[in-house]
Amino acid sequence: MASEAIADKKIGKDKKKESRFIQTFRRLVKNKLALFGLIVILIQLLMAVSAPAIVGYDPLEQNLSETELSVGSEGHWLGTDNYGRDVWSRLVFGARLSLIVGVTSVVIGLIGGIALGLLAGYYKKLDGLIMRFVDLLFAFPGILLAMLIIAMLGTSLVNVVIAISIWSIPGCARIVRGSVLSVKKQEYVLAMKSLGASDRRIILKHILPNCTAPIIVFATMRMATSILSTSALSFLGLGAQPPTPEWGAMIAAGQDFMWSAPHMTIVPGIAIMLVVFAFNVVGDGLRDALDPNMNVDN
Amino acid sequence: MIGLIIRRFFQLVLLLIGISFIVFMSMYLAPGDPASVIGGPTASESDIAAIREDLGLNKPVLVQYFDYMKNVVQGNLGYSFQTNQSVSDAIFTRFPNTLNLAIASMVVAVILGVSAGIISAIKQNSWFDISSTTVALAGISIPNFWLGTMLILLFSVTLGWFPVGGLNAPFYTIEGMKQLILPAITLGTASAAMIARMSRSTMLEVIRADYIRTAKAKGVKQKTVIWVHALRNAMIPVITVIGMNFGALLGGTIITEQVFAINGVGRLMIDAIAARDFPMVQGTVLLVAALFVVVNLIVDIIYSVIDPRISYD
Repeated sequence: MASEAIADKKIGKDKKKESRFIQTFRRLVKNKLALFGLIVILIQLLMAVSAPAIVGYDPLEQNLSETELSVGSEGHWLGTDNYGRDVWSRLVFGARLSLIVGVTSVVIGLIGGIALGLLAGYYKKLDGLIMRFVDLLFAFPGILLAMLIIAMLGTSLVNVVIAISIWSIPGCARIVRGSVLSVKKQEYVLAMKSLGASDRRIILKHILPNCTAPIIVFATMRMATSILSTSALSFLGLGAQPPTPEWGAMIAAGQDFMWSAPHMTIVPGIAIMLVVFAFNVVGDGLRDALDPNMNVDN
Repeated sequence: MIGLIIRRFFQLVLLLIGISFIVFMSMYLAPGDPASVIGGPTASESDIAAIREDLGLNKPVLVQYFDYMKNVVQGNLGYSFQTNQSVSDAIFTRFPNTLNLAIASMVVAVILGVSAGIISAIKQNSWFDISSTTVALAGISIPNFWLGTMLILLFSVTLGWFPVGGLNAPFYTIEGMKQLILPAITLGTASAAMIARMSRSTMLEVIRADYIRTAKAKGVKQKTVIWVHALRNAMIPVITVIGMNFGALLGGTIITEQVFAINGVGRLMIDAIAARDFPMVQGTVLLVAALFVVVNLIVDIIYSVIDPRISYD
């Protein structure tokens, strides 16, 4: 009997969770731009997952008898580069790389930012120290901070991930701290405290779940920044090194062939723009969809 | 007001000390021995030890930091590992190019952003509004290094209207302006997009305010309502965005300089990072970060002058 009641309660909880998720999703897809963004992200995800299956060539395979073929060429619908490598194959594998780098750097940045934000928001004693450190990181223009870290660690894609992760920490910490400061004054948190719940339990079970909305929006927008910054750093020669099929590095390589093979530069640039645009509009849409004050239905 | 400026000034000094410490420690902790780099592959153990002694690398790290800061305050940022040139000289020779580029792109961003934002707000839901809002969103998403490359492809390589790169003529000459236009558009586009979005939303908010309705009811002309009553109030938050963007543009010059082969501080920094020329990296990063916080301080002060309701207490 008791176990059935618990099970019913659990199902009710799941339904509530599901309905909130569906409600947010329904609001999100009503926003046409966000819907477009979601479709683009889904396409990128599919490309990343099924990369080897949907391309006919190895992205690193050179064919010096078929160099600089233009868009629409037989067997290479997006043409080839100066080494005869298939641009479509490189684009697809680049999609995988940018997604991996974006997700990894955002997740690491979120872990650091959430931890600092929770500690700063919950413990007044730590607040000053942590937020001064955050202010210090904010004192650097983002790309400069990333470059400083790369200068320290050396040029490589892994170091770009580390640099962008560290760059994501201060923004996330500020957002989480702000949310914690408002949530911790809620009555249910005070009630948990008076019941003798441990700080760890209060922070992880009661405060963090109520800070998820701004974190989700931040993470989505941050994906756009991460992908853009990774490509920028690779373009500058500080990230992915040749012959890695990374979009920014592909643009850098195409610069010398702008006259004879402009598609080498144009194609990866459009890909970056579309994906960054997609994450930006989905982030915008999520902000509206997760905001209880916004009534998208009306 | 004076109290605010003094308080902010002290905060700035602390922030600058923090920045210099982070920059110094980043290079101190970087793998590799500067003495071996300076000595080169042929240097013997004793040569390297002598260089280490000469540079003070045997001293405790905090002593090295204080020595470095003592020199920085006197305008000496050290010497390049690569060329042995004074870092301060290298930076200040190239700084005017960086500053010209940042200012020119700010001008582009303000002209494009504010005008597009205001027209969009006045003609809300018109074709201009819809297209400029979409272009603004695209403008934020476009990689500026790619935009620069496309502009070169179209206007320099294909049409031949502007030079492919370089910035060596004074900015007030026709040649200088021609050299600056494409880089300024490249760097200013993202800021223009942000300014346009901000101008549009604040202008829409102000247009719907009671005092604007009152002005209209009193029979004041539409133009006067917009330009005299609405614009002044709508511009307050926009000025902050403009100021904050100027700081960010200083960081953005790094990439644009590389695309257009402009000999500025950013390009100097990228070359130094690639060559692991630590004194040059330290000097350039320190300069750009210091400028960034100083510009942000000035923006804060201007903001509180324009809108006395703002308090930083």
